This record gives sequence, C-alpha cells and structure tokens, in this order.
Amino acid sequence: MTSDIAAILGIDGIATGAVYALVAIGTVLIFTVTRVIFIPFGDIAAFTALTLAALDAKRFPGTGALVVILACLATLIEIISLIRAGEIRLLPRALLFYLVLPLAVVGAAWLTMRAEPPLAVRLVLALMLITPIAPLLDRIVFRPIADGSVLLLLTVSVALHYALVGLGLLFFGPEGVRTEPLTSFSAEFAGVLVSGQTMLIVIAALVFSGLLYLFFDFTLVGKSLRATAVNRTGSRLMGIRPARAGTIAYLLGSLMAGVSGILIAPVNTVFYDSGFLIGLKAFVGAIVGGMTSYPGAAIGAVGVGILESFASFESSALKDVIVFSLLIPILIWRSLASLHSEEEIEE
Amino acid sequence: MTRLHVQLAAVAAVVCLALAPFVLSPFSITLMNYIGIYSLVAIGLALLTGVGGIVSFGQAAFVGIAAYATAWVSALNGYSPWLGLVFGVAVTCCVAAILGVVTLRLQGHFLSLSTVAWGLAIGFLFGNVEGLGRFNGISSIPPISIGSFALVSSAQIYFLIWGIVAAVLLLGYNLLDSRLGRAMRALRGGNTLVESLGINAFQIKLVTFVLAAFLASLSGWLYAHMSRFISPGPFDAGMGIEYLMMSMVGGAGSLLGGVVGAAVVTLLKNSVQDYLPLIAKGASGQLEIVAFSALFILFLQWARQGIVPFVARYLPKIKRERPQPASPLPRRPQPTPGELLLKVDGAERRFGGLVAVNNVSFEVRSGEILAVIGPNGAGKSTMFNCLTGALRVNKGEIVFAGRPITHDAQSRIAKAGVARTFQHVKLRPRMNLLENVMLGTYARTRTGLFAGAFRLNQREEASARHEALMQLERVGLGEKPFELAGNLPLGNQRILEIARALAADPALLVLDEPAAGLRRQEKLRLAELLRSLRADHLTILIVEHDMEFVMSLVDRIVVLDFGSKLCEGAPAAIRSDERVQEAYLGGVA
Repeated sequence: MTSDIAAILGIDGIATGAVYALVAIGTVLIFTVTRVIFIPFGDIAAFTALTLAALDAKRFPGTGALVVILACLATLIEIISLIRAGEIRLLPRALLFYLVLPLAVVGAAWLTMRAEPPLAVRLVLALMLITPIAPLLDRIVFRPIADGSVLLLLTVSVALHYALVGLGLLFFGPEGVRTEPLTSFSAEFAGVLVSGQTMLIVIAALVFSGLLYLFFDFTLVGKSLRATAVNRTGSRLMGIRPARAGTIAYLLGSLMAGVSGILIAPVNTVFYDSGFLIGLKAFVGAIVGGMTSYPGAAIGAVGVGILESFASFESSALKDVIVFSLLIPILIWRSLASLHSEEEIEE
Repeated sequence: MTRLHVQLAAVAAVVCLALAPFVLSPFSITLMNYIGIYSLVAIGLALLTGVGGIVSFGQAAFVGIAAYATAWVSALNGYSPWLGLVFGVAVTCCVAAILGVVTLRLQGHFLSLSTVAWGLAIGFLFGNVEGLGRFNGISSIPPISIGSFALVSSAQIYFLIWGIVAAVLLLGYNLLDSRLGRAMRALRGGNTLVESLGINAFQIKLVTFVLAAFLASLSGWLYAHMSRFISPGPFDAGMGIEYLMMSMVGGAGSLLGGVVGAAVVTLLKNSVQDYLPLIAKGASGQLEIVAFSALFILFLQWARQGIVPFVARYLPKIKRERPQPASPLPRRPQPTPGELLLKVDGAERRFGGLVAVNNVSFEVRSGEILAVIGPNGAGKSTMFNCLTGALRVNKGEIVFAGRPITHDAQSRIAKAGVARTFQHVKLRPRMNLLENVMLGTYARTRTGLFAGAFRLNQREEASARHEALMQLERVGLGEKPFELAGNLPLGNQRILEIARALAADPALLVLDEPAAGLRRQEKLRLAELLRSLRADHLTILIVEHDMEFVMSLVDRIVVLDFGSKLCEGAPAAIRSDERVQEAYLGGVA
C-alpha cells in the first residue's frame, strides 16, 4: 500500500466515520437518558435517505404513512393509559402531542411537496418527516417497560429493529437509492483530491456535535437531560419528567441520525435494510466511549470508519467480519474499565 | 401430584410423539421436525439465558458452524454424516469455549452485546468464505444413515430428531437437579453469592455456555442433513433473535419451555405465512417479520414469564418426600478451641483518596464470637469484604488457619472454610429451602457434569440432601424444606442464609449485619441460634451496627471508627469506654 492509497483510504474512512459518529452520538444520548440501547437508529438514518430520494423523485415518501400509523397507535396507547390512570384532563395535551403534531408535520410536508420545492427545502422536509418516528416508537414500545432491565430493553430494541426493517421494505420497496450530491465542489489537499461531499460530512458532524455540546451545557432542557442520565429518581424528585426527557432525547437523536442519512445517501447506495450495519457500526463506536461519553463515541466511530475503509481495501468480503470481531476486544476493555457495581439479573 | 404422576405424563407424551408420524400428514411431520430442531437450540438458551442469566443473541451462529462443518465433511469431502457430527460438535464446542473464555467475564449487557458482535461476525463469515459456497451455500448434503438404512423422508428422520430432544430434556432436567445444575441456577444471584459458596462462577458460566453451544451444534447437524442444503440465511442474526424469542416465549429457565416455545413460534410463523396474504396481498413477506417482531415486543411487555411457568402455576404441586438419612458428607478438621484462627495484620484499603480501612489489626480465636462494630462509615463493610475476598487490601496481611489468604479469590477463601452471609439477603427465591442449603454443600461434594446428567452419583446427592435437611433442622427451619425461599419473611431468610453457610461445614462463620431490619423477636431468635452454634464450638465473626444485639451475645468486640481501630475488649469494657461513647454519641454526656 502506497502512502497515496493510505491517504485516500484515510480520508474515506474519516468521512464514513463522521457519519457513524452522528449516529453514535445519538445512540449515547438515548442510552444515557433512557437506558435503551437503540439499535434502530441506523434504520432511522437509512429511512431519511430513502425519504429524501422519494422527495427528489417527486413522490410522496412512505415515511408519511409510517408516521401517521405510528401516531395513531401512540395516541391510542396514550389515551388508554391516561384513562386507566384517571387523568382524563390531560387528554387534549396528549392528542396535541401524539396525534395533531405528527399529522400536522405530515400534512405540511405533503402540501409543500406539491409546490416542487428546491433541494434545501426537501432536506428540511425529509428531516421533519423522520424526526417523529423515534419518539413515537418510544411511546409505543419502550414507555410501558421504561423501568425494566437494560437487557430487557436491549432485547426489545433488537426486535424493534427487525420490525422496522419489515416496515422499511413495505413503505420504501426493495430498490436502493443514491441521491444527488449536495455539492460538486472539490479541493486538493497535499496531493489528494477531497470531494466537497466528504468535507460537508465532516463539517456537519463537527457542527452538530458542537451544537449538542452547547445545548447540554447552556440550556436548562439540556441540563435536565443530563440530570436524568445521571439519576432518574433524583431528577424526578427535582421535577424533571424522565418520560419527557426521553422524548427530547429521541427527537434530538433522530435529528442526528437523519442528518447522517442525508449525508451518506449521495455516497453509498442505501437500501431499506442498510440501517442495521450503519447502526451497529455506530454502536461499536459508542461502546468505545463506554456508552456514556460523547467525544469518546465520536472518536470511536471515526476509528471504526477508518478501520472499515482499510479493511475493505484488504478484503472487501470480510470487512464486516473484521469490524464486528473488533467489538469483542473493545467490550472487554470497556468492561474492565468500568468499575460498576454488580447488577443482579431480574428474576 | 407425586413423582409417579410426572413420570406417567412424560411417558404419555413420549408415546404421543412416537405415534404422531403415523397420524400426521407429511407436511405436519416436516413442521414437527423443524420444531424438534429448533427446540434443541431453545433448550440450550433456556439453560444459558433462563437458568444462567446470560442473554445470547448469537446461538444461530453455533447452529451454523455445526451445519457448515458437517456439510463440509459429508457433502464436500464425502465422509459419513456421523463423522460430520463428531467434527461439527467438536468445532462448535471449541469455538464456544474460546469465545466463552474471552467474553464470559464481561458484565450484564456488555456480555449480551458481545454475543451480538460474534453472532454477526460468524454469520457474515458463512457467506464470504470461498470454500463454503459463499451465498449459494452447499447443496447435495447426504442424509444420515443408520447402518445401511438412510433417513431420507421426513417421517424417518423424525424419530432421530425427537429421540434426541427427549434425551436432551431428560438429561437436562437431571443435570439441573444435580450439584452442577444448582450452581448454574445460582448464577443469577450474582458473582458475589456464587463465589461465596466456593463455586468458581466463571467456570460454571463457561460450562453452561459450551453446553448451550453443544445443543445448538446438534441442531445444526440435524438441520443440515434434514434439509440437505444449507445457505447463510438460516444462521444469520435474525434467526439468533428468533431462538431467543422461542426460549423466552416458552418460559426462560424452563427446559420444556424451549420445546413449547419452539412449537408456538414455528406454528405461529407458519399460520402468519398462511393468513397474512389474505389481509395484505403482495406484502406478506414484509408484514410477516413486522407482525412477528410486534408480537415479540408485546410478549416482552406483558408476559415476560413465558408459557410454561404460567401454566405450571395452575398445576397441583408435586409432593416430595423428606430426604432420608444417608451417610454423612466428609467434614473438615476443625481447629481446637482457643487456637488462633484468623489474624488481620495492618490491613489497609483505599478507594482513591479515601482510606476506608486504615491499619486495622485483630485476631479471632477458635470457638469465640467476635463482633466488629462501629458507627456508619467506620469501614466495617470494607473490612468484611476484604476478609471474604470480595475486595483486596492494599496493604497488610490476612492469615486464616495458618495460611495467608490476603490475595486469594473469594471462592478459594470460601473453600478454605470461611462461610458468610449477606447484609442484603442473597438467596435464590425460586429455589426451595432445601436446594438453597444444598448450594452450601457445593465445595464438599464432587459430582460433575456427566455424573449429574446421568444420575451416576446418587449416594453423594442423598448425603448432600440429608446434610441440608440437618442444617435446616439445626436452625429451626426443618418444617417445610420444599417451601420456596422467596416466600420466607426476612428474619427466616437471614436464618436460611446461616443454614446455607453451615452446610459448607465452615471453620469460621462471618455474618454481615445479621440483625439489620429484623424485628425484636427475630433478633432474639437469631441471638439464641448463634449461642447454640457457639456451644457447638463454631467460631463466629459478626460485623454489626446494633449495639444491643451485640453486647449480650459476643465474647469480644473490636470497635472501628473512621477506618481505624478504636479499641478492643470484652463487651462490658467497650460499653464503658469513653472513646466508643464519643464515637457513637458524639461526646460524653
């Protein structure tokens, strides 16, 4: 391998890694706030790419129908649980959040769609359509077992991923998509050609991580999320509702995943089931950060990207085998590094 | 319901299964074959996940390794499928052992995540290795033949599959009812509990893990030679989840649940395939997995317990006979009363900058009751954990019965004769009193995996059972040995822990705050029990908070404050010591 090839592979790896980093940060965000290891984040990213592709092709994406169905389900569950708890006065609020808002988003997207909007608007539309999915899934799937063990939540999360893959095939079809590049700009650094898309990916990853940092450190909502992550009971006593913190975490996480989906769509062909590998690789990165550290997750994800890039040069068939095998030593290192008290397994 | 009833039910089930191929349609027989093959994996998972508490998403990979191994041996190299069986089982168990050694020390969800990782890695490998047919798989795998009789049709292989399932169930239940099985069932109580009984938790986990992989390999072998064609699909991560689902639906922790779960999931999947096209034409393939995942999520949300435990609640309880007298288990040589038994010399333990135990020295002589007391945060629990090996001292030495144990693992210290109880009671609530106490006899008995599964060492089992009953009677819990431990009130749970500790035939009994949370009457009973144990020359070390409880009971007291030893002496002297009063009351009134 010459240094030229190494440089190209390295840049490629950093770009892929930056995409994983966005998803990884979302994964850490969700895990710390809700203790759910949200495997389906990769699916959210892939769905965003598919949504954007449908919008580009002037078709209304299946995401709309998915959001409507999930919103109806979530509303139904919320209404039942409110009635059971005897809190009927909260009904209008629940209807607003779980039914009216998601439907309004879909409606707005549908109306805007007809005006054949420019690319920038389509990007916003794709993100708008994708962000309600994870919070709605949270309401339907995870809220009833929010106090279960991490293992139970993980098992449910893996099952949820499979449901989403099926839904993805149903709503988006089996065709792969590759969207238009967001920019045709390119520049040469030290003799290596770097495409504008690559730069955009890295810049977007940096900007969004930075924004997240600002959000956590300088806003009250961000601080309440951090408090929930540290201690659910404690923050509940301080008047923070873990369920609400969870919803915000899912919203933010989906936004990150959505952005990564948009960034990856022009580079790789995205299929309805591409999300799994994106999610898992991001997740390998997140584990490098011990599932708690954002910079750690970002660095880990970039590392995974670079490793994957070099591995696919050596043996394209075995690159996934290599990446996932690497997870085991990382897990061992993390498990040794985290001196947590023994968690007794649920009976 | 007696044991005979259970046996009759089992025989009836076997007869029904044996007659089934003569009644059922060929399609139903094929379905039954799949159920049997999946059952084997699900039974393995019931052991691993339900009993041992290790959630594995990767069992499909083990099935695949064995299937590919036997296909390679028989289809690609022309040897007998039986050689394929040997090779497949050997390769699978080796891979499992290596993976187990590497990953089984991981904690909680880290361990499960590692199963996702290797499950995926191995799954990808099948489709990408040149010699294994890549994504096209391996076809024309020969059928299994017994002598010259080839098991070609599904009705023929049916008997082999279900014969193996029946044997696995029988041996599995035997195993769970043996010494090793009880240790497996204790794993869910956490490492500290298991190690305190002199059990090497890692070793038991490894055995359970390899055993589950072994069952998966049997399944893979049968699968390869039944379908006569393999491709990577049936061994991917999705199938790994499906196996987990089977064992959980059936009732994790119940071996029979594995079979029930495999049957329910397979039949459900089959009917979903039948009916979904009627609801949604053209989209049935996608909806199938959605419907399936949704059902699984609903199940995990609302009925985590599973089918078999749910049904078992409504069945009459099995009446069991009290254990008969049997030859006693060997006892360890007990130290002569008055001899130096435990010596702590200059022990120091730091947590970062905090010195929790600072240069503490004391001795315990055989036959006495010594109490270590002190106000909150005095370092009592840290001292206790250092003594039992749960924590290591940074400085100093601990000598037990003339042997330094400063750096020994918990299970070695337990084997040397230090038996402990826990401040927060650690019992196995779903095991009965007798079984809980029998856990204590683990280090005194020897029955291994095979002897346990084939019931070869019933003499020792009877001795252990009798020993456990005697200890239950000794502490006054001998009335209902088959009551579940979880049904006891806290006071009796504490006493049950003492019985379990006694069953280990200890030289030193270490009690961690035994009076905490007990009512007055319970405390009196506990004190009486401890006095009677002293009368039997047992040495007892109590770490306690409750002054009143300690004062009337013990021979000597060591007082800790802020990690250092304040003073040591007889109860009366301690009571009048000004430094102790100051430590407890914040100054002499």
